Amino acid sequence: MGSLQPNPATIGKEPGVRLPSNGKTIYHRPLNRSKTAEISQASFAYLFGEMITYAQRRVKGIQELEQRLNVQGHSIGLKLLDLLLFREPARSQQRPTTIIALLHFIKQTVWQHLFARQADRLEKSANPDTPDEYMIIDNEPLVNQFVSVPREMSQLNCAAFVAGIVEGVCDGADFPARVTAHTVAEGEMWPGKTVFLVKFRSEVVEREAFLTKT
Amino acid sequence: MAHIFLHTAHDVGTKLADYLFQPQGSLAHAPRQHRTIFALIIINKAGGLVYNKNFHDGLNKISTNDYLVLAGTFHGVHAITARLNPLKGLPQATKDASAANSRPDPPSGLESLESENFRMQCFNTLTGTKFLLFTDTTQTNGDITMKKIYDLYADYVMKNPFYSLEMPIRCEIFDRKLLSYIREINNR
Repeated sequence: MGSLQPNPATIGKEPGVRLPSNGKTIYHRPLNRSKTAEISQASFAYLFGEMITYAQRRVKGIQELEQRLNVQGHSIGLKLLDLLLFREPARSQQRPTTIIALLHFIKQTVWQHLFARQADRLEKSANPDTPDEYMIIDNEPLVNQFVSVPREMSQLNCAAFVAGIVEGVCDGADFPARVTAHTVAEGEMWPGKTVFLVKFRSEVVEREAFLTKT
Repeated sequence: MAHIFLHTAHDVGTKLADYLFQPQGSLAHAPRQHRTIFALIIINKAGGLVYNKNFHDGLNKISTNDYLVLAGTFHGVHAITARLNPLKGLPQATKDASAANSRPDPPSGLESLESENFRMQCFNTLTGTKFLLFTDTTQTNGDITMKKIYDLYADYVMKNPFYSLEMPIRCEIFDRKLLSYIREINNR
């Protein structure tokens, strides 16, 4: 009783707690061990499908559903920021300190880690009224590869989950933002093209303006 | 949805005959066109029609209700033909202790049906979903096409979280991928 170490004799016998027979969980592993590991896309697709079905329960509208997917991604983003910064080579191991550096980090490092390729484009909102809005563009989001949204839910984009991850990275880097995913179909070529709209809070833009002046 | 099961053998014949090839169609003018795929029908394990798509004008159009009847009828015929077919090597397998672990293949039932102008090929999955492919009689490699269609079904229908099992298939990506695959074959 009271021992924190898993006792090898009881492993596998306690109901509800299942540990590998050597007592080592993923938290015992070196952080860089799974750096180049890949997982099966089919198994991810089934898991993601179940996540959507789960999120669909007890929601009233599409916005609420997207919000739930967003929340599921958020905690991943928070942890991913730390993990990926830790894995950067020592000389470039710095937190992003400007909006542009942060967005580049997301477009390159985060996307590379999650989807094995970079995001397709970064854009700043052309509208002068919304200087706080940036867009990360993915022509073919991996999470949506097998998802056909029914016509009556055409507003929904399941990449809201990825938007949640991006939001988590932004929040973790202390650039609080609201991130949403929007489908912007581009003809036959990219029917699933998705824009991740990153809307930073006003104080972030204010701080940025102040920092660039000095 | 109307579930129509087996009628008389006469009924079966007329329904399939309804689905006959029209020689006056565009095919008559085209120089020998190999590998034409006319249509695909998917039938769920209860005999209901869940998908139906025409790719080429080689076949007469029939009404939606008739497609439902066709699916239900074929389902019944398939079940009967599967009963007709004795299990391969079953008496030996039961005696042979070493073969006791391996179950004999389930009887396949009707696999292909050929008329003067078209061939219908049936693929029955392990879960009882049936894919019916209507092709030209000169069509070769039906198995490969069928396997590819099954792949597309497994990917874009079964992995789609908004698809409910045994219900009609309305998946935009499946339609798109299937059409582009069939178009590639038909234009070759």
